[in-house]
Amino acid sequence: MTEKIVIKAERLTKQFGHFTATDHITFEVREGEIFGFLGANGAGKTTAMRMLCGLSQPSDGWATVAGYDVATQHEQVKQNIGYMSQKFSLYDDLTVEENFTLFGGIYGMSRKEMKEKTTRLLEELDFASERKTKVKSLPLGWKQKLAFSLAIFHAPKIVFLDEPTGGVDPVTRRQFWELIYQAADRNITVFVTTHYMDEAEYCDRVSIMVDGQIEALDSPANLKQQFEVETMYDVFYTLARKAKRGDS
Amino acid sequence: MKVLKYLLIKEYKQMFRGYLIPILFVLVPFALTNLVPRIATQEVSNLDIAVIDNDHSSVSKRLTEKISASGFFNLRSLCGNYMEAYDLLQRGDVDFIVTIENGFERILYREGAAKMMLSVNSVNGMKGGLGNNYLTQIVMQYAKELNEETRNSMVSPMNICPQFLFNSQLNYKPYMIPALMSLGLILLMGFLPALNMVSEKEKGTIEQINVTPVGRVEFILSKLIPYWIVGLFIVGFSMLLAWKIHQVVPAGSIALVFLFAFVYILTVSALGIIVANYSDTLRQTAMLMFFFIIVFALTSGLVSPVSSMPDWAQEVTRLNPVRYIITSLREIFLKGSTFTQLLPQFIPLCIYSAVTMTWAVISYRKKQ
Repeated sequence: MTEKIVIKAERLTKQFGHFTATDHITFEVREGEIFGFLGANGAGKTTAMRMLCGLSQPSDGWATVAGYDVATQHEQVKQNIGYMSQKFSLYDDLTVEENFTLFGGIYGMSRKEMKEKTTRLLEELDFASERKTKVKSLPLGWKQKLAFSLAIFHAPKIVFLDEPTGGVDPVTRRQFWELIYQAADRNITVFVTTHYMDEAEYCDRVSIMVDGQIEALDSPANLKQQFEVETMYDVFYTLARKAKRGDS
Repeated sequence: MKVLKYLLIKEYKQMFRGYLIPILFVLVPFALTNLVPRIATQEVSNLDIAVIDNDHSSVSKRLTEKISASGFFNLRSLCGNYMEAYDLLQRGDVDFIVTIENGFERILYREGAAKMMLSVNSVNGMKGGLGNNYLTQIVMQYAKELNEETRNSMVSPMNICPQFLFNSQLNYKPYMIPALMSLGLILLMGFLPALNMVSEKEKGTIEQINVTPVGRVEFILSKLIPYWIVGLFIVGFSMLLAWKIHQVVPAGSIALVFLFAFVYILTVSALGIIVANYSDTLRQTAMLMFFFIIVFALTSGLVSPVSSMPDWAQEVTRLNPVRYIITSLREIFLKGSTFTQLLPQFIPLCIYSAVTMTWAVISYRKKQ
């Protein structure tokens, strides 16, 4: 991990009418870091992430991702990031390889490079036999791992993961986090939202959002110390129960 | 442009991966050019007629034979009186009654003219009107024959000799086939890109595209180009069917048919994308497209000629691209019109396609 800042948000805000989904959040993410972005349902995590990915225009404040302004240079931002949405969104009527070729091609990779990288990736995932399988016939856990591999296929500087392990069994979740660590080792910054507190422990630093604002931001160890509790679950619980909104 | 290539490969694979869409590409033109012109014909035949012959003369008998031999009428009954025939008409057994009074032949030879009566059931106005026309023609023809036989000018001093231009047989098929082709194109080339685009929204795959640096123009083109190619194939296929099945071929240039159809396909496919860009769900898209297609079809001159609409409605049809393509294709098929003659149709079509294409790209937003 270096001290270089790759994501910087300053009073970043998104309003939908009178509702402020993300309320003046300020934070920084360092290169190669695994940054956990926590918060209850409806706290504004996805909205903030969509702004950082250039999918949503900020109402106020600003943010830079990989050195580009998300409000004005969003297409340059998009060239440097990978994104895995909450909703599984690979083309399920295409095969595994065709999905890789499509997105590799979009980012301007050469055919040879894509072919080699696909082979290597699928071998690492122990998945080589499914190269020509249509994505829709794969189990969810496999799909999620595949979606992650695809999000980092073009070697982005930063990868955004929006609840990547939702609905996935514990074994696959563990494997998934191994993939995340591998990516971080290759100096890819990982920005991840999750509801699993064991996963929060795996992060280098976490932020916890409550009602659109960041209430806490530090390493898991420091946070536990600060709130004088044993687990990240207790940290989260202490903060999140103050929330006035949410869908639960 | 390299990106467009990868996107096109993806669209092509998706299009032919399911079996239903390729079947539609063959089925729709086949149904529209083969079946519909046979069913939805406005040519009237097999009209049921009753004849009341009170004269029983050779002239009246020959007239009855002429009517039943004409091919348009089925002589259902020879009745003794009008009440009997009217009863048949009431029951729907016949739609026409011809009454020839006693003394018809005698009066005809003595005074040079005689009266007969024709009663028409005009609940269906078109059927009644056409039957009336046919019957008048038969009687006129017969009068001319009698005239020649007796070599005097006692009957029908005036002779009308109509000459039908461009469609001498008054055949319904060459008139309807170009219009049905246009309808088939808006059905397939309008609906399919719209459903394709909105299903990416519903599945969420469009988000994965939006988060990449893909250009808006490239993405929209990747959605449209496959349908342009298929659209041109459908135009060719429809013309082939029309030729092989109905012997209907364009009197004008085939290249011109393709040119006009292409500009029209640009418009309807872009319209589909615009509709999809403004809707969030498949249901919204389908309803909006149905609305457009029904309004466009009814105001296009497909069924009722634009020139017989009220003035304000005629002005409204100027906003309808289908009107221009139907007019153009009919003129090419029947009159053999040239490009210059069709400029008044071609220019609006071009404006339409430029506007819809631009709109399709602008309304696609990668960012909210």
